[in-house]
Amino acid sequence: MSELQATPAPAPVPAKTDISAGLREFWHYFSVNRGAVLGLVVFTLLVLVAIFAPLIAPHSPDQQYRDALLVPPMWDALGDPRFILGTDPVGRDILSRLIHGARYSLFIGLFVVVGALIVGVILGVLAGYFGGWVDAMIMRVMDIILAFPSLLLALVLVAILGPGLFNAMVAIAIVLQPHFARLVRAAVMAEKSREYVTAAKLSGASHLRLMLVTILPNCLGPLIVQATLSFSNAILDAAALGFLGMGAQPPTPEWGTMLASAREFILRAPWVVTFPGLAILITVLAINLIGDGMRDALDPKLKRS
Amino acid sequence: MLNFILRRLALIVPTVIGISLCAFFFVRVLPGDPILAMAGQHGVSPERYEILREQFGYNLPIWQQYFNYLGNVLQGNFGVSLSTKRPVLTEFMTLFPATVELALVAMLFAVLVGIPAGIFAAVKRGSWFDQLTMGVALTGYSMPIFWWGLLLIIFFSGYLGWTPVSGRIALTFFLRPITGFMLIDTILYGNWAAFVSALRHLILPAIVLGTIPLAVIARQTRSAMLEVLGEDYVRTARAKGLSPKRVVNVHALRNALIPVITTIGLQIGLLLGGAILTETIFSWPGIGKWMIDSISKRDYVVVQSGLLLIALIVMAVNLIVDVLYAVINPRIRVK
Repeated sequence: MSELQATPAPAPVPAKTDISAGLREFWHYFSVNRGAVLGLVVFTLLVLVAIFAPLIAPHSPDQQYRDALLVPPMWDALGDPRFILGTDPVGRDILSRLIHGARYSLFIGLFVVVGALIVGVILGVLAGYFGGWVDAMIMRVMDIILAFPSLLLALVLVAILGPGLFNAMVAIAIVLQPHFARLVRAAVMAEKSREYVTAAKLSGASHLRLMLVTILPNCLGPLIVQATLSFSNAILDAAALGFLGMGAQPPTPEWGTMLASAREFILRAPWVVTFPGLAILITVLAINLIGDGMRDALDPKLKRS
Repeated sequence: MLNFILRRLALIVPTVIGISLCAFFFVRVLPGDPILAMAGQHGVSPERYEILREQFGYNLPIWQQYFNYLGNVLQGNFGVSLSTKRPVLTEFMTLFPATVELALVAMLFAVLVGIPAGIFAAVKRGSWFDQLTMGVALTGYSMPIFWWGLLLIIFFSGYLGWTPVSGRIALTFFLRPITGFMLIDTILYGNWAAFVSALRHLILPAIVLGTIPLAVIARQTRSAMLEVLGEDYVRTARAKGLSPKRVVNVHALRNALIPVITTIGLQIGLLLGGAILTETIFSWPGIGKWMIDSISKRDYVVVQSGLLLIALIVMAVNLIVDVLYAVINPRIRVK
């Protein structure tokens, strides 16, 4: 994409890893990627919208205007300037619901990624560090989870736990977590035999210290990229579960759930379907743009070319 | 080669056992009672309940139930659906071709568009075509496909009226399935009108299901191509004075396609998951919709055996991909 741009040669990597220098270097590579910066801007705006939702939204997300059912968007001839993106079948303002829905989507993404990250990292570090039967056990379980199509497995898990937003998030975290475990395991196995680890071991570092303090920080790069991609996957999967009636339940203004309850009106009132999906697409796209930029910035192979 | 396949098979055995355990126990902890679910709204008397419990073996210890189930499965008996009272395997076999047909056409669409797009993007790196293609690819990759399907229905079915909204073929045609693949069956019957109808029903779902694989394949092809174009042997080929076309088509493409083929293979497993959403939107009578319906009907037997069958198919596909990969790329075999 933008690797061709004539940038001055980067400063040589400092011998001692310095966090602020590392960040500066990361930003140097990240910021040349216009798409990634755009994604970051959109994402920041979304976060702000989510935080200040009650202040920004023109109406309450649950307020039903009985005199304004299925009003088309403002720019339509039949539109009503009170409802910028129109209203849904029970007269709720779609824009306000979308604004509040941003809270759900971002929270879902955050919860799932943190959950999957914690469990995945623990399992991956254990498998990679100890090897042998610990590794075999953990990785077989991961194989089993990965053998099921992820959405199907999430659906069955939600059916077991009971439909609802929280259970949907737990199910998605379970389904996404093997990717982290595999990644961390591979990275730990690669790092384990390096000299600095042996040195730390010889100086008497405990297993826990070796795993978490010595090795793990050196596996962060791919983990961050995976976390970003999982963030968008989590939002998509949660919306899909909501759409199938297994995620957040109405009247929650979750975007997938909004789509599900709008389905029967697609031909009569396309706007009730168009905007929630657009909101999902924009959010996921912004996060994926950031993820792409991060991968390029953190991948040493691309950097020096 | 045989050694490689055997080793891979040996690795799969514990996973298969794990999958069967999962499918069995997941369904056991589903809330609700299978016998009450079977009885439906009418309910069942306590005496009859006990008889049924015994008849279906639900009174046995759970591990014994598992081994009975496993024994039955190994003999090809996947149980009888609680709601339709038909054998699960029979239902699966009638619905599976619909999903396979949809998935194959979707994959064909993804490959035929994705690979050329990726190659051109790589060759014209940095051009507007490259930027446009990659922008569209990333959008496709980020697409909530259930929404994408609805949009296409609004536009092509609602606004333009070109395609039907749901199903596999117009209800005016009744053809006894031969292969189960509607496109092939209609040709075998020589029924041209039916073929056109089937094709019109298939086109939107295939585009929807193919969108994400298309995006992944285009991106993967581009990056594999870029990597290969930077290799020494490509430079050598260029230096020899070969035409740019030949360098791309013969020297670069062959090597670039190896990782792409793996990607395509791995996407097939994902397609089965994506089929759940696509089939629901278009009321496509395949296994994705079957599973969703069974989950909401609490049809334990179908959910359990369906999970098992789907996971086994995904594993088999992945195994075949691995083997094919080893065939085309000998380097992998040594490991």
